[in-house]
Amino acid sequence: MRGEPDVSPEASAVLAAPAPVRAPVSVASAVRRRRMKIWSIRLALVVLWLGSWEVSATYWIDPFFYSKPSSVWQRLVDWFSSGTSQGSIWEQMSVTLQEAAAGFVLGALAGVVLGILLGRSHLLSDICAPFIKAANAVPRIVLAALFVLWFGLGMSSKIATAFVLVFFAVFFNAFQGAREVDRNLVNNARILGASRFQVLTTIVVPSATSWILASLHSAFGFALIGAVVGEFTGADRGLGLLIDRSRSTFDSAGIYAGMIVITVIALLAEWLITALEKRLLKWRPPAASAEAQI
Amino acid sequence: MSEDPVIELRGASKRFRSGSGGVHTAVRDLTMTVARGEFVAVVGPTGCGKSTTLSLVSGLEPPSDGEALVAGRPVDGIPDGIGYMFQNDAVLPWRSVLDNVAAGPRYRGEAKAAAREKARDWVARVGLGGFESYYPHQLSGGMRKRVALAQTLVNEPSILLMDEPFSALDVQTRALMQDELLRLWSGSNAAVIFVTHDLEEAIALADRVLVMTAGPATVKASFDVPLARPRDVEEIRLTAEFLEIYREIWESLKEEVEETRARGAGRVA
Repeated sequence: MRGEPDVSPEASAVLAAPAPVRAPVSVASAVRRRRMKIWSIRLALVVLWLGSWEVSATYWIDPFFYSKPSSVWQRLVDWFSSGTSQGSIWEQMSVTLQEAAAGFVLGALAGVVLGILLGRSHLLSDICAPFIKAANAVPRIVLAALFVLWFGLGMSSKIATAFVLVFFAVFFNAFQGAREVDRNLVNNARILGASRFQVLTTIVVPSATSWILASLHSAFGFALIGAVVGEFTGADRGLGLLIDRSRSTFDSAGIYAGMIVITVIALLAEWLITALEKRLLKWRPPAASAEAQI
Repeated sequence: MSEDPVIELRGASKRFRSGSGGVHTAVRDLTMTVARGEFVAVVGPTGCGKSTTLSLVSGLEPPSDGEALVAGRPVDGIPDGIGYMFQNDAVLPWRSVLDNVAAGPRYRGEAKAAAREKARDWVARVGLGGFESYYPHQLSGGMRKRVALAQTLVNEPSILLMDEPFSALDVQTRALMQDELLRLWSGSNAAVIFVTHDLEEAIALADRVLVMTAGPATVKASFDVPLARPRDVEEIRLTAEFLEIYREIWESLKEEVEETRARGAGRVA
């Protein structure tokens, strides 16, 4: 083989080179490649979406109603560099965020406490069941109007709206979580010497935690909705007011820009809650799907 | 054995309201005594109401009729000095091994450091040294049973109630845990009621075996197990004495098992 006279030196060098051995693909690099693929497809989808919107708003549809990505971007730049019609964008964001956060914290606390209380007491839950069902059936967002009458144009009316929305989302999960506590665990704790209160704090609350945390994800979204709708209804500051002003001046780019700001806030909050959840639930076995995905 | 029994049931019955509105009698007219330091195994056909006996003694369920006495006093709430190992795992999944074992002393008002010190000792005694910071889901079934055992024994119970604690384990692990139990129990002077449907297990462990009737359960017969201690549960089942005792008790138990099977077959047909 080696002695073939008509093989050029380059060709023989190629032949002599070891055949590309299929190196065992390391798990880490397989994971990285998969992630790259997912992200590039995501990016392509966003580019496709924004691009088609931009093009169709330039040539076919009326940008007065539908706006277009470049004007929305311009509006965001304006807001952050020279302020909004209502003043500094940071102030609007801080007002809405404070309202949502206050409503979220108060609503979640009340929901957890009442949910666990009613979940553990059959008498209380039997008494309260019809009232809670009725209260849950009321379209609570309408209360925003009432709260503006009661509490005025300031923050408290928005906090109240956010509170009402958050409370029920958390309450039902806390209730269910307290109901589903393993009887075996409760009996075991009682035998080991736990008082009723200790059973509550060391068994019931930790058992219900995964239920409660699941509800907190959607609850912060509800808190933002409550704050923003409250601001639509009547306010002197806030992102909801900003969006409402944009609507009344037929500024569709402003509405989109407001939506984007709120979305970013919601995503940040979601990320925080997920971090909290990971910390609190570190005792749980990893989900089967996460292990099987490699 | 002793003149003052630690545990005494006098004509105790327990009825439950069943799902369909009827009344289900789990145990009826149950009379039995357990002396201090005595290991009593309760055997009976599956589902006959053996576990209910334990809940009457533990105070988790009051009797519908009759009396349950612990240390001479009627059971009202959970009596002092009770330890109870449940059939299913009752370890707290959100606590590490050490904190699971420390739960009892903590509930009883001990300071965190002292409770953990005690727990560390018991974790080592049940052979889990080095696993203190593991969470239950990271352990095997046998190891979780060891956690439950340590969790119960750390309170140094004078009465130990065990409800088929090892039934979910494989055969070898079960034998190992039975040996561990005997080792830890010996010298503790605790009275034990060990409920099981496995007659071999009952004889290997106990001083006395009570045979229950098909449900509603009541005590059918009591057999002494005069095998010497300390016992090696895997060796002892091969001895002639063991087999003789087994044959004798099985004669009595067989009728109840057959009765239960016949009812089951009737229900299926």
